[in-house]
Amino acid sequence: MLTIHCPNCGITAEETEFHAGGEAHLKRFGPGSSDAEFESYLFMRDNPKGVHFERWRHNNGCGKWFHVARDTTTLEVFGSYSAQTTEPPQDILDVITDRHPDWTQGRNA
Amino acid sequence: MKKYSVFAVAREAMRHHTGWTRAWRDAAPKKKYDVIIIGAGGHGLATAYYLGKNFGITNVAILEKGWLGGGNTGRNTTIIRSNYLQDPSAAIYEKSRSLYETMSQDLNYNVMFSPRGVIMLAQTEHEVRGYKRTAHANNLQGVSTEFIGPEKVKQLVPIINIDGPRYPVLGGLWQARGGTARHDAVAWGYARACSDMGMDVIQKCEVTGIRQSGGKVTGVSTNKGDIDCDKLGMVVAGHSGHLADMAGFRLPIESVSLQALVSEPIKPCMDVVVMANTVHGYMSQSDKGEMVIGGGTDGYNNYTQRGSFHHIEETVRALIETFPMVSRLKMLRQWGGIVDVTGDRSPILSKTPVEGVFVNCGWGTGGFKAIPGSGWAMAELMAKGRSPLTDAFGLNRFVEGRFIDESVAAGVAH
Repeated sequence: MLTIHCPNCGITAEETEFHAGGEAHLKRFGPGSSDAEFESYLFMRDNPKGVHFERWRHNNGCGKWFHVARDTTTLEVFGSYSAQTTEPPQDILDVITDRHPDWTQGRNA
Repeated sequence: MKKYSVFAVAREAMRHHTGWTRAWRDAAPKKKYDVIIIGAGGHGLATAYYLGKNFGITNVAILEKGWLGGGNTGRNTTIIRSNYLQDPSAAIYEKSRSLYETMSQDLNYNVMFSPRGVIMLAQTEHEVRGYKRTAHANNLQGVSTEFIGPEKVKQLVPIINIDGPRYPVLGGLWQARGGTARHDAVAWGYARACSDMGMDVIQKCEVTGIRQSGGKVTGVSTNKGDIDCDKLGMVVAGHSGHLADMAGFRLPIESVSLQALVSEPIKPCMDVVVMANTVHGYMSQSDKGEMVIGGGTDGYNNYTQRGSFHHIEETVRALIETFPMVSRLKMLRQWGGIVDVTGDRSPILSKTPVEGVFVNCGWGTGGFKAIPGSGWAMAELMAKGRSPLTDAFGLNRFVEGRFIDESVAAGVAH
């Protein structure tokens, strides 16, 4: 059972209040992009064993989207941050590197 | 390899069972193999077995980071069926189901295949329409299924409550030749047959890197040293994305946890498999008498082989409504397995951007039923470069938008 903090309304609750929305920070490719870029955007995922940046929605709360950094091998939640960004903020990265000094960011992030 | 038979049992009974030998050799890796298969679960072992049996390729190693059949092969709820909607799915799943029929004889190993019949309950009008459509499609594909009414469901499953207040049973998709098999025995039987053909099953051998030269695979690095190969098959379910990352490409897959649980053993009360997709629960009774129950997947990426408790709670709540008698059962064990889910809920059997590397993954929540068919098709793909069973399941279907949508047949329950 994950405990997640919603940065939009400030509530910390267990995961049944939220809904997972898949990998965060995907770069959008639309008309004019190559087939490979479009395929990558739509389907290809890092699916990392370890640190994962992902989208969550506060379904049974304020209803807004936000981002969470989480470890897929320990289920540790590193922190939440606003969805209005294209990359994880420094304070979240600091928490992660503090826990995993040799961690490097994946391709999509 | 000594053949198992009634005479062997009688002979060993006469000498206090001192003559039984190991079913397969615990091998150490050689320097080079023609083919390396990563993953000694059902799919990997079946691939190796049919490479040897159908194509005479026996210089094969099967590498396993844990123990034989210790991943999803030993964690599933052992359901076998082939009532899928799309033609490519029906072809590979029905091939698989038909191979299960004779697997015990083919492998000389009792996998306890029990074609007891599988019902997928229709509990909403949408499901009624969906399953009627599937039954019609199955008839065209030569897969024997039928849509049955609630009275027939009640007759097949006397313990079921067909007029529950929330989810009444409106009918069901019935496949009489579906059923269950003993999952460990499937892995053990294939391992024994592979070992007998001279293949090496190497346990506790974790792949740490995939070596390539000029865009072609040359071997793997492992915790037991480097091993060379001409062709490499990745058959590792939940860890497919992790291995693909080592090889330098990505897959359209996300790994999530799928949970199951078993009850204390009780007297025989249900002799078919019942699946209820609307309420995310499915149940069968094992030969030991335990009720084997499967639930839903978590929504988030996970590699921990355990899942969220609220999914268990939802599954059990739904099952109690459908089978009131299970409310007094104690549960013995609960566990999770990491399943590799694709966007269209269909598997990937394909060549990859690295020459000589093949993937067999994406079976998601329902891989056990597909083990022999998947191995059969994957072996042909690896030996000949293509197989009629795998043509539709290539990675290129995501570029071309040629999906094999099985979200009705495989969305949750297996």
